[in-house]
Amino acid sequence: MKVVTASSGAAKETASDLAMRMLISNLNFYYGKSQALFNVNLRIATNQVTALIGPSGCGKSTLLRTMNRMHETLSDTRLTGEILLDGEDILRQDVTRLRRRVGMLFQRPNPFPKSIYDNVAFGPRINGHKGSLDDAVEHSLRRAALWEEVKDRLNRSAYGLSGGQQQRLCIARALAVDPEVLLLDEPCSALDPISTAKIEELLIQLKENCTIVIVTHNMQQAARVSDSTAFMLTGELVEFSPTPQLFTTPTDPRTEAYITGRFG
Amino acid sequence: MSLRMIWRKTVNVIMLSLTGLCALVTVSALFLILGCLAWKGASSIHWSFFTNLPAPVGETGGGIANAIVGTGKLLMLAALVGIPVGLLGAVYLAEFASSTSAFFVRYATDLLNGVPSIVIGIFAYTVVVIPMHHFSALAGGFALGVMMVPIILRSCEEFLRNVPRSLREGAMAVGASKWKTIATVVIPAASSGILTAILLSLARVAGETAPLVFTAFGNQFWPHGLNQPTAALPVVIYNYALSPYDDWHRQAWAAGLVLILLVVVTNLLTRLLLQRQAMARR
Repeated sequence: MKVVTASSGAAKETASDLAMRMLISNLNFYYGKSQALFNVNLRIATNQVTALIGPSGCGKSTLLRTMNRMHETLSDTRLTGEILLDGEDILRQDVTRLRRRVGMLFQRPNPFPKSIYDNVAFGPRINGHKGSLDDAVEHSLRRAALWEEVKDRLNRSAYGLSGGQQQRLCIARALAVDPEVLLLDEPCSALDPISTAKIEELLIQLKENCTIVIVTHNMQQAARVSDSTAFMLTGELVEFSPTPQLFTTPTDPRTEAYITGRFG
Repeated sequence: MSLRMIWRKTVNVIMLSLTGLCALVTVSALFLILGCLAWKGASSIHWSFFTNLPAPVGETGGGIANAIVGTGKLLMLAALVGIPVGLLGAVYLAEFASSTSAFFVRYATDLLNGVPSIVIGIFAYTVVVIPMHHFSALAGGFALGVMMVPIILRSCEEFLRNVPRSLREGAMAVGASKWKTIATVVIPAASSGILTAILLSLARVAGETAPLVFTAFGNQFWPHGLNQPTAALPVVIYNYALSPYDDWHRQAWAAGLVLILLVVVTNLLTRLLLQRQAMARR
């Protein structure tokens, strides 16, 4: 099992020192006959932010989606390899149980056409929440830094919120089931800079009790929020290092070419 | 102006007038029907018309009370058959079907839609009336229900498909199973469309006569329970219109007016519903 890590250097690779929340080994992924991921090996450290960067079509979203088996919602997809969550193979687990532990946020905010309260309460309700639902909703909205803005209009439609607020609502909705891992697929690409900054701040707070994996097109964002960064290119994981190291002294020439803007 | 220009302008004007005329004819047809019914039938409309039973020929004061109640019963029975089968079939097509099975189900549904209503009546006769040895509201409701299924199925399928994929993914990403996603997110999101489909299909089958003629058969008296032959508005119109009595003719016109008002009001309601939903989304 080959893990692509930083080569020798003063800074020890952060990932290997800390506990591993998720471990991806020899992952190959196919859309029908065409292969999208080639032998990916990746370690996601607990309670850290891991960023996946790379040019369009490199497979970062595909990789993200395998982590909570969302690829199974599409027909004709196939994967080989192993994905472990806390040591257990997720491909053998019950998928709905898995998705409660590994939440996901999408590129465009997708709140349900229900009230703000019902959006956040959705997860707890379908998973059989014990205890006060009101408290759970308030707690999630506070964690998503949205409570103050919506506490007086919980019964209004979620569609009345702005784009940035809707995305934070989706974060609250995902947090309401208390996930261990949160997967974010370019969560700020549809948002203005101020909303983006708010969400980035949020991620840094959330990582205290939650492992975060974020796919981003924006290298500067990766540099701002993540602890480790993985660079991908045409389905391969090229390099995976602590963020400061990847952006200042990358080991692979392709990484360097990408981060200096020679392509992408 | 050259000759060519004059020719072009003339063709333009003729075509515009022709298309406008055809549109006018279409709209006028509707208003002519409504107007005719209103003119001939309005005189017979009074409170007792809605509350009395049919009277023997020569007697005045007959009404269509039993036909109104009968139509109501038949529509309820039809809804019991048509809505679950149609809606769940639509869910199957929109959410679960592979492309081959979807093709067959859709094709079969469209064929069912095209089956003449009298053939459906004969089918219900064979399947329900003969084993029961008598006409009944059950048989009539069954026939109308079978007619409702393809209408509801195809339109609900469209509405379900129109629910964006992102909503389904959002639900699945917090641990909802496929069925939970459908029941708690997809169907509620399509709810006004589904309601519209149900109302429109009810309005459509309310006026069907052929399948009722040998299933519910008609009844001069109050329908008790579901096991007896039942009066229905379209059957009353049919029987009265073919009779040689003027009094009954007048009642047929009035019943026709009642029926068409039912259809028009339902259609307006559904438009309002759809409009309200479109505005709420914004």
